[in-house]
Amino acid sequence: MGIRERLSGNEASATAMKQINPDVVAAFPITPSTEIPQYFSTFVSNGTVDTEFVAVESEHSAMSACIGAEAAGARAMTATSANGLSLMWEMIYIASSLRLPIVMSLVNRAVSGPLNIHNDHSDAMGVRDSGWIQLFSENNQEAYDNLIMAHRIAENKDVLLPLMVCQDGFITSHSIENIELIEDEKVKEFVGKYKPEHYLLNDKEPMAIGPLDLQAYLFEHKKQQAEAMRNAKKVILDVAKDFEKMTGRKYGFFEEYKLDDAEIAIVCMNSTAGTTKYTIDKLREKGIKAGLLKVRVYRPFPAEEIAESLKHLKAVAVLDKADSLNAIGGALYEDVVSGLYQAKATVPTVNYVYGIGGRDTKSDDIEKVFNDLAQIAKEGKVENPYRYLGVRGDK
Amino acid sequence: MAYNHKEVIAEKPSRLTSGHRMCAGCGAPAVARMILRAVKPEDHAVIANATGCMEVSTFIYPYTAWTDSFIHTAFECAGATLSGVEAAYKSMKKQGKLPEDKNTKFIAFGGDGGTYDIGLQSLSGAMERGHDMVYVCYDNGAYMNTGIQRSSATPKFADTTTSPAGSVIPGKMQSRKDLAKIMVGHHIPYVAQTLAMGNYKDLYEKAEKAIYTEGPAFLNVMAPCPRGWGYNTEDLIDINKLAADTCYWPLYEVIDGKYKITYKPAKKLPVEEFLRPQKRFKHMFKPGNEWMIKEFQEEVDRRWQELLDLEEMTNK
Repeated sequence: MGIRERLSGNEASATAMKQINPDVVAAFPITPSTEIPQYFSTFVSNGTVDTEFVAVESEHSAMSACIGAEAAGARAMTATSANGLSLMWEMIYIASSLRLPIVMSLVNRAVSGPLNIHNDHSDAMGVRDSGWIQLFSENNQEAYDNLIMAHRIAENKDVLLPLMVCQDGFITSHSIENIELIEDEKVKEFVGKYKPEHYLLNDKEPMAIGPLDLQAYLFEHKKQQAEAMRNAKKVILDVAKDFEKMTGRKYGFFEEYKLDDAEIAIVCMNSTAGTTKYTIDKLREKGIKAGLLKVRVYRPFPAEEIAESLKHLKAVAVLDKADSLNAIGGALYEDVVSGLYQAKATVPTVNYVYGIGGRDTKSDDIEKVFNDLAQIAKEGKVENPYRYLGVRGDK
Repeated sequence: MAYNHKEVIAEKPSRLTSGHRMCAGCGAPAVARMILRAVKPEDHAVIANATGCMEVSTFIYPYTAWTDSFIHTAFECAGATLSGVEAAYKSMKKQGKLPEDKNTKFIAFGGDGGTYDIGLQSLSGAMERGHDMVYVCYDNGAYMNTGIQRSSATPKFADTTTSPAGSVIPGKMQSRKDLAKIMVGHHIPYVAQTLAMGNYKDLYEKAEKAIYTEGPAFLNVMAPCPRGWGYNTEDLIDINKLAADTCYWPLYEVIDGKYKITYKPAKKLPVEEFLRPQKRFKHMFKPGNEWMIKEFQEEVDRRWQELLDLEEMTNK
């Protein structure tokens, strides 16, 4: 039986980190993730954890220090948002290419510019193909649970990739919700000890990491990264099974909400899924067969599985909380559509870019999407698939 | 114990092995070899390297010239990367995850590009946080790895590919940044400036102090570059000596804020002697450019005097 608590998303994430008790945390404050290193520093100052906290002078150094620590043989964690992740960008790719299972809590916020501190997914989307596993979280419970599962996935010998757990800035990071925590001892046992095969601090086997890697080998090394990302799919599900045994909470690549018998559905990530579920319940009362597919695992992208779940629908709307500025559509939309195409599923699919810079997305907005979907389902086609939701000046 | 060159060279094997691809006549590998000889044979070392000549010439997959553990991540973050390694060591040692009787030393190498310029923030952070490490800048006075572009360590008037000596602008128009002083400003326990060759005793002894002083230490080591400076490779040692004898590159250390000049030339040579053998200063010797040599000399004199004053002032 877990421990019932009331915590904000940031508190929940810091609590997970406390229970994981990593060897090193290196972080730099940035809204809205600042509270995570703040709470964590208190754990360090009070001796609640064994961690060395490196109060670095920038996010670039935060990721550099995490890379150094993880390569040294330690478990290293960090937290950031938006521009912090942008500043880490160079090191993000280096972390994954060196196959270091660093775990990051990413509290999603709009990337500048202009400056904005509120939630969208432009930070996570910017590094979606950097070789990091990306898990998204609808609420505080999921942010916590995903972090508890993170090391088991990232450190698996068939994976060895860094992992980021995403949650919505302010919307979940600063909202206090009921949460069920797992007992410290159970977390310790579940997460297990980190036993790297090779590490810098092993004086019996000195190692060199981070070479100049030229035409003769780089291609093979990148392909191995790609294979590790494919391997991660099975590992994510295996870890979720063990997690379910411990907590009774079930996780997969995505969550289906009233999708089985649905005719129209929304695909989205993070907190908007909550608003969508609420709207679906209202529509169901009116006899509208609406459903939801909430993506939890965005990288590796479970394209086949998503296509399988969506292929029976009459119309699908993919909600992107980041615009791709590419004249085609949002990233999640493109991924879903290419999955459907590969599966030869011809479901009319429409894209809505929404919630940019923290613009509120209300149940009315979601209802509007379902109304549009009902129309698309009736006509069986989509005229203009790249749309906006809740923006002024939209025709 | 007095420095014995024969003993050090014969009895302490090089921890940077031959077979690396640094140029003939380059000062940088000599710096790495000598500094690592100062690590006690029984101690393990983790070396971090900023991207630069040294890194791309010593660790080309699948070969490494380093016998100790080695990490390279990027250009500007050797300081931060090694901070992470050192923090891991501290944490794991405290938790009993590493053998108690074994010591590991942490040494970063970066060129002046990766240290004075793009890596300055990361270095400053690492020093300020007090990690137990030595950061070694092998200063060859320009971005040599990318083809001799000016850096903030490039001396005034030097001809580089981004400060070319043209018909209107005669080379780099700004003076060198004084990085050792910036590091002194961090109030760390040990800062020193020394040379790649020509005074092995000075280099070795400073390395030993830096490595075995608890807390952060910084070494600024002049490491001439035959391509960038335009000298004959066999003149490497002479160029080093001339830098010290003209007081262009003073050898000194700062221990807990106290300056000590470790080499005062019996006869201070005119800076021309140092400038003349180098192609990068060739334009300064053209008729009509005497003012450039004069100005250069004045700056060397001013900086040398300032150092003498600091030595006196901090040892009162």
